[in-house]
Amino acid sequence: MSDTSGVLTANLAPAEARSPEARVAGAMSGFAREIGALSAFRLESCIHCGICADACHFYIATEDPQYTPIWKVEPFKQAYKRESSAFAPLFRLLGLKHEVKADQLGQWQHLLFDSCNMCGRCSLICPMGIDVAALIEQARHAMFDAGLAPKELYEKAAHQQVTGQPEASAEPYRDQLLAIGARFEVDIPLDKSDVEVMLCVPRSDIEHYPGAVASLARVMRHLGVSCTFRSDALIAENYGYYAGGKEWQREISRRLIDQAIACKAKILLVPECGHAYAALRWEAADLYGKPLPFKVLQVTEFLADELKAGRLKLGAAATGAVTFQDPCESARKGGVNEAPRALMKAMSLDLHEMKNHGGFSFCCGGGGGVLDIERAAPLRYRTMESKLREIDETGAKTFLTSCSDCRRTFDDAQAHFTWNKTPQSLLELVAANLIGAAAPP
Amino acid sequence: MNLLDFARGPALKVAMAIFCLGVTWRILAFALLRIRRDMNRPRASVLKFLGGGLLTVGSRSWPHREFIGRTGAGEALGYSYHIGLFALVLLFTPHILFLGSLFGVTWPGVPSSLITVISVLTLTLFLAVLFRRVTNPVMRMLSNFDDYFSWFITMLVMVTGLAATAHFGAPYETLLAVHILSVDMLLVWFPFGKLMHAFYIFPSRALNGALLARKGATS
Repeated sequence: MSDTSGVLTANLAPAEARSPEARVAGAMSGFAREIGALSAFRLESCIHCGICADACHFYIATEDPQYTPIWKVEPFKQAYKRESSAFAPLFRLLGLKHEVKADQLGQWQHLLFDSCNMCGRCSLICPMGIDVAALIEQARHAMFDAGLAPKELYEKAAHQQVTGQPEASAEPYRDQLLAIGARFEVDIPLDKSDVEVMLCVPRSDIEHYPGAVASLARVMRHLGVSCTFRSDALIAENYGYYAGGKEWQREISRRLIDQAIACKAKILLVPECGHAYAALRWEAADLYGKPLPFKVLQVTEFLADELKAGRLKLGAAATGAVTFQDPCESARKGGVNEAPRALMKAMSLDLHEMKNHGGFSFCCGGGGGVLDIERAAPLRYRTMESKLREIDETGAKTFLTSCSDCRRTFDDAQAHFTWNKTPQSLLELVAANLIGAAAPP
Repeated sequence: MNLLDFARGPALKVAMAIFCLGVTWRILAFALLRIRRDMNRPRASVLKFLGGGLLTVGSRSWPHREFIGRTGAGEALGYSYHIGLFALVLLFTPHILFLGSLFGVTWPGVPSSLITVISVLTLTLFLAVLFRRVTNPVMRMLSNFDDYFSWFITMLVMVTGLAATAHFGAPYETLLAVHILSVDMLLVWFPFGKLMHAFYIFPSRALNGALLARKGATS
């Protein structure tokens, strides 16, 4: 189990006077009160068959039962049964369900954060149909409220909800974005109004993969779509989502929503970033409190629509055999499965699918914020081994993905394992194979 | 009033009342909790949303190709004893007559020799299920009193039923009374434990499947 020392203290706001024990008690009773009918039904439906373990790469890699997905919400099931289930008074009266204590919950930090990518593969295997990943996400909210979000995620989320970016940068991202435009000789539309599409980028693209940023601008320019980045909402990631800080997630999403409304965008285009898509496409409106007045599309989804409409034409790409890593949040959990394949087909790619692909793909190992948690690295590497094997078994020379976090995770694995493949961006490949003249400005 | 009269008279009535009230309350209790409206724009039409739910009811009856190597044997064991249980409850002539007295509908049963074979097979599978629960590290970790007691009480019903049909160890009337009393106990326990999954399984698959279909997600 992880060392959680310092985390409770680190997460306490200066005005927080409660003891860790009281804070945990408050978070757990909050969880039980706010659980909602759907999650309660999911918790009640579990028959303890343990089959979900067989979908989880943390369990498959280690055979350690503690990594069974449904076990990761065990204290929360205990709190729900004790506080708000049908026979809660009976459970309390007979002492059948004990109050969850701070030390018990502290041990679960490792299970809910370090060893869960929130990838949702476990939700596909349950014979009762339980969406286990949804329960885990809700449990992360309570962990955050209990002061038990891992330090790395907590600090990035805290920084982002105030400044709009998860970490301080040497230069403002706005300046870095313009510098990328200059370096790659592509116009970066910034702070325009009355546009069709509002753009944003993963900060890891700005810092590590500037080619992906330039490619996004180049493709949009080629299509002649009126679009803009907004200085006040450049960053797509949402560390509030990872850390379980619902209020912070709301604030981080709101920054993008407000700017999309301000520039009258009809589409908020989510770049190659899986969790950003999940946060904006499937959660933002709930947190915002009303339906969003624009569409949220993932970039490959948008491009596949353009392809279908005949506005995007792509030439054959000389890549040799390729394989594709489906980002869990946009593919399995978000429904963007066909779009990347339509783009690859349009470029006549020789796609060699992995053994587990599409909605059943294994996570890269870095999702859910795991890549950011330093102490989780040894377990993450262990988990990744089978994924790397699957990629190698395809015999593909080129390895594509459509998620900046997946890319960072595989880059890290390349260094760690001295692995011979470099993940590439599907968007960059599209930008490199555009056919026809760019639309007039 | 002898034991048999008690078992199928007042004891059964009380057990049925606890069963009906308990099950109803357990389901109604969800209604007291918050139901959130999903305000995110759906990807799927209403038809696909409903279809996704129905499809998942069927598709989760057997593991996806990607999982079958790891879970096929366990699921086959699980479904086998459930099939055995249903066969015993629904195809044994005395059970059909009892259910007929409750619901007014009867159907043909199967020969009692076949029922004995099914009983023995189901009992064997049931023992295998327990063996698996205590030897499989994941299942052992997840298991609590509810799992073991639900197993025990279902097993008790089967064993007493088999003893009654075989006229084994005591007069038939006594064996039948013990069997019916074990059924009464099962009915009383039913709403409090995991046996409730009989009511949850299809709505749970349908609901989760429909919500995943709403997003176009894999189910």
